[in-house]
Amino acid sequence: MWRYIVQRLLITIPVVLLVGVITFSLLQVAPGNPAAIIGGDEASPEQIAEIESALGLDKPYFEQLGDFLARMLRGDFGTSIFSQRPINQLIQPRLQPTLSLGIQVVILSTVLGVGMGMLSAWKAGTRTDRAVMVFAVLGFATPGFWLAILSIWVFAVNLGWFPVIGYSPLGDGLLEHLRSMFLPVIVNSYLGSALVMRITRSAMLEVLREDYIRTARAKGLRERVVFFIHVLRPSSIPIVTVVGATVGALATGFVLTETIFAIPGLGQMLVQAITRRDFPIIQAMLMVVAITLIVVNLIVDIVYAYIDPRIRY
Amino acid sequence: MEGPTNEFTPHRWCELTQQASPEHLLEVRNLRTHFFSPGAVVKAVDDVSFYLDEGETVGLVGESGCGKSVTALSLLRLIPNPPGRIVGGEIMFEGRDILKMDQDDLRAVRGGRIGMIFQEPMTSLNPVLTIGRQLTEPLKLHMGMTNRQARSRAAELLEFVGIPNADVRLRGFAHQFSGGQRQRIMIAIALSCNPKLLIADEATTALDVTIQAQILELMKNLTEQLGTALIIITHNLGIVARYADRVNVMYAGKIKETGTADEIYEEPRHPYTVGLLNSVPRLDLPTRGRLDPIPGEILNLARLPEGCSFQDRCEYAVDRCAAEAPPAHTVQGNHQTACWEWERVKLPAEAGVSQS
Repeated sequence: MWRYIVQRLLITIPVVLLVGVITFSLLQVAPGNPAAIIGGDEASPEQIAEIESALGLDKPYFEQLGDFLARMLRGDFGTSIFSQRPINQLIQPRLQPTLSLGIQVVILSTVLGVGMGMLSAWKAGTRTDRAVMVFAVLGFATPGFWLAILSIWVFAVNLGWFPVIGYSPLGDGLLEHLRSMFLPVIVNSYLGSALVMRITRSAMLEVLREDYIRTARAKGLRERVVFFIHVLRPSSIPIVTVVGATVGALATGFVLTETIFAIPGLGQMLVQAITRRDFPIIQAMLMVVAITLIVVNLIVDIVYAYIDPRIRY
Repeated sequence: MEGPTNEFTPHRWCELTQQASPEHLLEVRNLRTHFFSPGAVVKAVDDVSFYLDEGETVGLVGESGCGKSVTALSLLRLIPNPPGRIVGGEIMFEGRDILKMDQDDLRAVRGGRIGMIFQEPMTSLNPVLTIGRQLTEPLKLHMGMTNRQARSRAAELLEFVGIPNADVRLRGFAHQFSGGQRQRIMIAIALSCNPKLLIADEATTALDVTIQAQILELMKNLTEQLGTALIIITHNLGIVARYADRVNVMYAGKIKETGTADEIYEEPRHPYTVGLLNSVPRLDLPTRGRLDPIPGEILNLARLPEGCSFQDRCEYAVDRCAAEAPPAHTVQGNHQTACWEWERVKLPAEAGVSQS
C-alpha cells in the first residue's frame, strides 16, 4: 500500500512540471503584450521595451520558462502586473472564501448525492426512487448560472432570507458566515450531487445483481448488512470516481459561482486578472487549479486501492 | 387413490411420494415458480414435488433451462422478485413450510439449517471483503460466536476443506484463490454452521474435470461425516450416477421421472431420460461410433404446448400426449414416470448397464 502511494506521488511530479510548461507557453502565444498594457496607449516603443526588459520579457523563451518553473517550485507566484504587489499576498485574503465554499460544497454534495443515491437504490422501483431520480435529472438539466440567479432573486431579493450580496468572513462569526454562503453552497451542492446520486444508485443496483449478493443472502445475513457492507463496498469505486470528478468540476466552476454571488475569492480575482491581462495572476491561478485537480486524482487513486484489493500497480 | 391414473390432478404426484414415506427432512409439494415479463409468463418451475430424507443424496438432473436452478433457489426463496415469484406450493423443511416463514425464521434457515453452493465460484465470493470476513459472518450470526471464536473456527474450516496455511489465507481476497479453491471456500461457508441440508447448484460445472472430481469427493465426504443431506443439481449424468442415491429428472419445469439411481440408469421409463442417457458417452459400453442427441430444441417456457411438454421431441408420442399432460405412473416402488407410453419406453438393447 505505501509503495503504491509513494509511486503515485512520484508520478505527480512530472505531471506538475508539464502543467507548468503548458501554462507558461499558452500565455506566450496568447494575444496581448503585458508591457504594452502596463505602458498604456501613449507609451512609445522605447518605453515598452524598457518595461519588457524590467519584467524579463525580452529574454529567450527557455530562460523565461526556467525562471518561471524555478519560482513556482519555491512557491513564489511572482508579482501582479496591475497592482505591482506579490501575488502570494494578493491570494491570501481570497483563500478563505474559496476554501470555505469548496469544502462545504464537497461535503454537502457528497453526503446528499451518496445518501439520496443509496435511498433510491434501496427503494428501487418505488415512488421514492422515482422522486429522487426526477430530482437528480433536474439537477443535471439546470444551468448553474440560471439556478444561481433564480435563487438570489427568490430567496434574497424577494424573500429576504439571505443577503443579496456581501460576504461575511469567518471573523464575523460562524453563523453569519454560513448564512452569507448559504445560497452558493446549496446551489452548487445540488448541481454537484445530481451525478453522484445517479451513479450511486446505478452502481448499487448493478452490484445487487451480482452472484456474491445472492451468496450473502444465502448465508442468512440481514438485508441491512447485505446492503451496507456487501453492496456498498464494491459499488464505492464508481462512487468515489464521480465524487472526484465533481470536486474537479468545482475547482473550475468556482469562477462563475464567485462572480454571480459576489464572493471575494480566487475565482473573482481570476476574472479580474483576465480582463486586465494580468498574466502572472492568470498563470498562478491556472497552476493552483491544475494542482488541485492533480491532488484530487491522487486521493481518488489512493482511495481506490484502499477499497478494492485487486488494484495494485 | 381412486380409479385409474389417467386423470391428472395436481396432487397426484405428491400423494404418490407421500405414500412412500410420511416424514421427510425436506418435502417439496407442487412448487410453482414463475417469471413475469410484459406479455409473457415463464413457468420455470411448474408443479414440482420431490422429497429428501436425512443424510440422503438426491440428484436433480436436466438440460440447461429446465428449471433445476430455479427450483434450488426457490428452496431458500432466493428468486429475484421481480421478475420471479413463487406462485404456489409448499416447501416443508423439518416440519415447517419455508414459504410461510417470516424473514427472521427464513434467515435462520438460510446458511444455518440449509447451506448452498452456487455454480460460479469466480463470482460467488465478494471481491472486496476478506475471505475471513465472509467465512466468519454466518458463524457469528447463526452460532452466536464471538469474533475470536469465529476466527479460529474459520481457520479450522479452511483446513477442513483442504486449504492449508489458513491463518494467512483468511486475510486474503477472492482473487487470490483459484476456481477450485474458491469453491472449497464456498463449501466451507455452506457447511460452517452444520446444516441439515446442503444444496449444490451446478457446483462443479464451471471447474475443469480433475478439480470437479476433487470438489465432489470433498462434498460427499464432508456431508457424510456431518450427516448432512445433499441435493446435487447438475446436467452431468455421470456425477449423479456416482454420487446420488435417488434421482429426479426434470424437463421444462416439471419432474418427468424419479427413482433410485439404479432404476433411472438401468431401467429408465421416460423417453426424455432415455434420450439423456443416449447422449452421454459411456466408457463401459462398446463404442457405438456416435452419440444420439435428443432431437429438437429445448422449449420456450413461455409457450408450453397443451399436454406433455416433451411431445415434440419424443419418438413414442401418441395423440393422447398432445391432449393431456401425463400424470405420474408408478413403475415400481418409488420409481415413477410422467409418461402415457411408459410401458413401451426402454433403453436400446445394448445399453442398460450399471453405474460406475
